[in-house]
Amino acid sequence: MSEPAQLPLAARTARLYGEPYMEMPQDLYIPPDALEVILDAFEGPLDLLLYLIRKENLDILDIPMAPLTRQYLEYVDAMRATNLELAAEYLVMAAMLMAIKSRLLLPRPPAAEAIEDDPRAELVRRLLEYERIKKAAQQIDQLPQLGRDVLAVSVWVERTVAERLPQVNPQDLAEAWRVLLHRARMTAHHRVSREELSVREHMSGVLRRLQERRVLEFGELFDPARGVAVLVVTLLAVLELARELLVEITQSANFAPIYVKLAHAESL
Amino acid sequence: MPNPSEAKRILEAALLASPEPVSLADLKRLFDDQVGADTLKNLLDELREDWSGRAVELVSLASGWRFQTLPEFQPFAEKLQPDKPPRYSRAVMETLAIIAYRQPVTRGDIEDIRGVVVSTQIIQALENRGWIDVVGHRETPGRPALYATTRNFLDDLGLRSLQELPPLEEIAKTLQLEPAPAPVAPEAANEPAAG
Repeated sequence: MSEPAQLPLAARTARLYGEPYMEMPQDLYIPPDALEVILDAFEGPLDLLLYLIRKENLDILDIPMAPLTRQYLEYVDAMRATNLELAAEYLVMAAMLMAIKSRLLLPRPPAAEAIEDDPRAELVRRLLEYERIKKAAQQIDQLPQLGRDVLAVSVWVERTVAERLPQVNPQDLAEAWRVLLHRARMTAHHRVSREELSVREHMSGVLRRLQERRVLEFGELFDPARGVAVLVVTLLAVLELARELLVEITQSANFAPIYVKLAHAESL
Repeated sequence: MPNPSEAKRILEAALLASPEPVSLADLKRLFDDQVGADTLKNLLDELREDWSGRAVELVSLASGWRFQTLPEFQPFAEKLQPDKPPRYSRAVMETLAIIAYRQPVTRGDIEDIRGVVVSTQIIQALENRGWIDVVGHRETPGRPALYATTRNFLDDLGLRSLQELPPLEEIAKTLQLEPAPAPVAPEAANEPAAG
């Protein structure tokens, strides 16, 4: 397909998002003898759909359902011939594609013409989410991996030669140092260094701690020594966990202690 | 406390003697906790500078500092080892990516995104590697396990926090909301039936 021919199509379909499109796209034909070669390369029905869409540079936000469904079914037929185990998941997707297609074909009353009513919306959302993860997986795979791309370095230590030093510092001197360091830390807190923070990371951390103790007093989740930013992120993490119904936050009366526990932990 | 160049050599020896990342807390213990965190960081940064240009580098990871070989020398290291380390399959890497970016997640969440059943072997491979673990259970029927990535995962990929993961790409082209075109012939408004 030539670039100039594709652009007007994309522009028109984009403007008409939510409406049935007006023009047959270029055919998505793949020679049948090529099927067997590439079947194994797909990670599932979403992967196959993405391949069909991206191969022809189609606008993922405005999928042409008819040719896509037709070609998808050709693949499924070929798969059923070779790999029965996979077919079930692919058949579910085939049914979904046909359901979407039939809904697009049915005339709708004008009142129901809301834009978010496009039956393809959920499929598009899943395709985009899968594609993001697929790209991310490729990028993670490119990070240098210990044991595959880099090796940890460690030198041989001759244990017998290692000399054990006697304890030189008197205990009280060390103690005085600690007090000084502690004081220095308290004044040094005005210099705030940027800490790497991630709410999802702290969510995992809070859940890990609740695994050990089941129930924690609200205040126990926070470590003031790590600074205000960490406190805020921890609070966000606890709130997010509560929103996802993974923890329960309870308080029996005003000013009573607040407890955070794993959701329904006591019923176990 | 020892003078800075001596302290650096102490750190160098301790780090080279350990195949695992050494935490800042452990490094502080080398000096009986008499060196402040900032001083320690500066010394480690200097040490890393000192080693630049060598085949081995000092890196900062989620659980501490470690000396490791540079990736470009891996092909040579592999010549001395009979078998190459295997690569993880796309299924494993996609599962890992979902856990890393969307944690805490259940197997069902992973299957929703990938559109295929997640095999037990995939989860086991990642658990055995020490890259993921169960951090809780979702209170829905069956109480599915919630998976998250571990510190080990960050260490092995050379990261200090999840925020250093490659950012998720925005895939969708943003829709251009142009004024609606004049209606085309109404009979064309239905999708042509598939052949």
